[in-house]
Amino acid sequence: MKKLKLVMVGNGMAGVRTLEELFKLTPDTYDITVFGAEPHPNYNRIMLSPVLTGEQTLPEIILNDLDWYAEHGITLHLSRAVTEIDRVRRVVRAADGTEAAYDRLLLATGSSPFMLPVPGKDLPGVVSFRDVADVEAMIAAAANHKHAVVIGGGLLGLEAANGLLARGMDVTVVHLAPWLLERQMDETAARLLQQSLEAKGLKFLLQKQTAELVAGESGRVGAVRFKDGDEVPAELVVMAVGIRPNYSLAEQSGIYCNRGVVVNDFMQTFDPRVYAVGECVSHRGVSYGLVAPLFDQAKVAANHLAQFGIAHYVPAATSTKLKVTGIDVFSAGDFMGGDGFEAITLSDPVGGIYKKLIIKDDRLVGACLYGDTTDGGWYFRLIREGHGIHEMREQLMLGEGTTGDTGHAGQNRAMSMPDDAEVCGCNGVCKGSIVKAIQEKGLFTVDDIKKHTKAGSSCGSCVGLVEQILINTVGGAADVKPKSEKAVCGCSDMTHGQLRQAIRDKHLVTLADTFRELAWRSPDGCASCRPAINYYLISTWPGEAHDDPQSRFINERVHANIQKDGTYSVIPRMWGGVTNPAELRRIADVADKYAIPMVKVTGGQRIDLLGVKKEDLPAVWKELDMPSGHAYGKSIRTVKTCVGSEFCRFGTQNSTQMGIDLEKDLFGMWSPAKVKLAVSGCPRNCAEAGIKDIGVIGVDSGWELYIGGNGGIKTEVAEFFCKVKTHDEVLEYSGAFLQLYREEAFYLERTVHYLQRVGMEYIKQRVLADEVGRNELYARLKFALSFEQDPWAERYEKGVAQHEFEALAL
Amino acid sequence: MSNWKTICQLNDIPVQGARVVKREGHTDIAIFRTADDQVFAMVDKCPHKGGPLSQGIVSGHSVTCPLHNWNIALETGLAQAPDEGCAGRIPVQLDGNTVQLALD
Repeated sequence: MKKLKLVMVGNGMAGVRTLEELFKLTPDTYDITVFGAEPHPNYNRIMLSPVLTGEQTLPEIILNDLDWYAEHGITLHLSRAVTEIDRVRRVVRAADGTEAAYDRLLLATGSSPFMLPVPGKDLPGVVSFRDVADVEAMIAAAANHKHAVVIGGGLLGLEAANGLLARGMDVTVVHLAPWLLERQMDETAARLLQQSLEAKGLKFLLQKQTAELVAGESGRVGAVRFKDGDEVPAELVVMAVGIRPNYSLAEQSGIYCNRGVVVNDFMQTFDPRVYAVGECVSHRGVSYGLVAPLFDQAKVAANHLAQFGIAHYVPAATSTKLKVTGIDVFSAGDFMGGDGFEAITLSDPVGGIYKKLIIKDDRLVGACLYGDTTDGGWYFRLIREGHGIHEMREQLMLGEGTTGDTGHAGQNRAMSMPDDAEVCGCNGVCKGSIVKAIQEKGLFTVDDIKKHTKAGSSCGSCVGLVEQILINTVGGAADVKPKSEKAVCGCSDMTHGQLRQAIRDKHLVTLADTFRELAWRSPDGCASCRPAINYYLISTWPGEAHDDPQSRFINERVHANIQKDGTYSVIPRMWGGVTNPAELRRIADVADKYAIPMVKVTGGQRIDLLGVKKEDLPAVWKELDMPSGHAYGKSIRTVKTCVGSEFCRFGTQNSTQMGIDLEKDLFGMWSPAKVKLAVSGCPRNCAEAGIKDIGVIGVDSGWELYIGGNGGIKTEVAEFFCKVKTHDEVLEYSGAFLQLYREEAFYLERTVHYLQRVGMEYIKQRVLADEVGRNELYARLKFALSFEQDPWAERYEKGVAQHEFEALAL
Repeated sequence: MSNWKTICQLNDIPVQGARVVKREGHTDIAIFRTADDQVFAMVDKCPHKGGPLSQGIVSGHSVTCPLHNWNIALETGLAQAPDEGCAGRIPVQLDGNTVQLALD
């Protein structure tokens, strides 16, 4: 089949990212031609600041070298600006006459710095701060001249000034507004910033309006003259007063523009063959200058160019960071505030710290930090995820470290950490290697960092810290999304939420139907999506969808826990943690007979037989003659109990029996992630119910239920849910909550994360306020569980999946 | 060249699954059957930390090691980038429905 011709005008980050996304989806659909006005392959424009200061070099910030273009068969025309689009013949033409025909055209022409229309603006020595040529001109000027003036006290202007200062120039920043970064900060914070920059040696002229750039003797710019008649010497003038989308090419060719190339949610212009992404675009009246939204646009455009056509662009909150060494400014989301917004402000002028948080309708919508930006990543996540913050409002300003997350490696240290400090304890990865990988390989997502460094790829407890390091390294370019917005895996662009919904709406009951109906890109999924889909199918359509053992992780396929040496562990069920002499004798006999190397008591009040050979499993189960403990599954694990009123002199309720009954009630329950319960007989809470998915605490007048606790990677204390009177109510309310979780949570999402995502109010509404709904939830759970049997007995009695346990012989 | 030895029938191996062949004094062999009914064989040892690949999830023509999620291409034995390593391949063929291995 003849390939379609795709021409891209512009060779910057948004455009090339679109091509990269396109290759992931369909490497062979297009013959691709790229026109770039600059002589360089795609480089990381955000990193021009460190190049200017000398902290990095141009080769270090190249994202795609020439070999990359060659490997992908891209015809690359560098230093050739396109001057004409002939939409009738579907040809683009460059200034030098080079032509390329297209079937699809992608405009990624970026933006241009706005040059103040003052006399002298075209003099030699007047530059902007936009591309490599500008940086080279600035470095050359710094070598030969003394005085520099930067016009514009925004993020870009301050970075330019800082760079020129580092190159030894005498730098004055001229700013029209009464204080610096007036869009990000209020006056107090800006004064702090100004003081620290002055301490570094920068000079500032505020509320000064430039009237003219005056030529010096050599014909080069020599001074800046202001409206009030003042003058400062300047052999280099950097204009950093803003950017304007480059849309004249599109406009000249008759494509509808309105302060940008106007695109729809699919990044398509008014000419359906022509797409546009990046800074040149106007989407619903907004143009973007930060990298993260442009990368989102790239994904959408690629999806359509690949003819999938299911993605659409939804703008998300963005964050920025001032890249001036030693001075920390971070802002994210809507940090301006105003009517209808609340602001929490912390101002410590002596300590050099200022923080402003903007809240609207109980959600954090913006943050501006100066001096201490360690919580920037956390605030950004809260903004993106949009959870209600009323419960942490008091701690919000104090940072994530104060929200009660003892027991996990603090996520707020990213900035102050030395390079050799360990970040990922599972894989032994230190901060320096992560930063190096981010810079050298041009990484923008936590997933990329996981792949390249292994950091965060095992237990995941350091992912927050990795995310902070990413944000601290690349600032606003960091592509950090909550799980609810991320694609399930590389096989599809669908999120977990969309996938669950589609399985329900389209009544999908098999994996094959799911792959076909939802246009999966791989024929039979991958190790990430298959277990998720299998769970969604069996939990949405119990009795109809059949479990696919081949789509389950080995532990759930053979009903035992794989160990590092390939042996398995066996944990028989002991209801409520109660056993008896006969069971203990059988356990001892089995351990002797099968030479089981270790017998251990678990944290969930069970006995673990470790180091069992796979082929011995059915016999071990049979001789134990106890049901499966499901200690290996995304399933109900254990119900831990204390002694309770039967023996304990403090006990108010029979917690042991309650635990046994709960465990029997939930036996065989598969869930998005593991589920652990505990029942204590009095508020002394010896069963540690406060860190369980459901914790039940007996009080004199009934039972208190707590949900969403977690004792694992990050300790989370369960939240009070309700108080009930009777034993049966404990079963019903617990079951109804768990069924809601089973139906709505994303695969691998623990109850605590589900609770954080949907909110306690919602769960109370569904389970407590709606009595009919609660009864139905509980009934649906009972229906689903009616299909479950003891998987161990099925295997040793009925020979289910015997092939798993029998090796072939030569 | 080789001396093909019959091991089992195709249907003895679950689709998208694997069986283990035990060898005296040698590492086990994993024989995989993919969704399109092709068979592949390799030493049952992940190049990373020696995990039993036979126990992994098979999708497309690759298997994911159950221990640390390395993806190994069944055709080549190579770990998927950015991981690096190679699991030893064993020649395998289908004679009708009979699965045969070539062993020295």
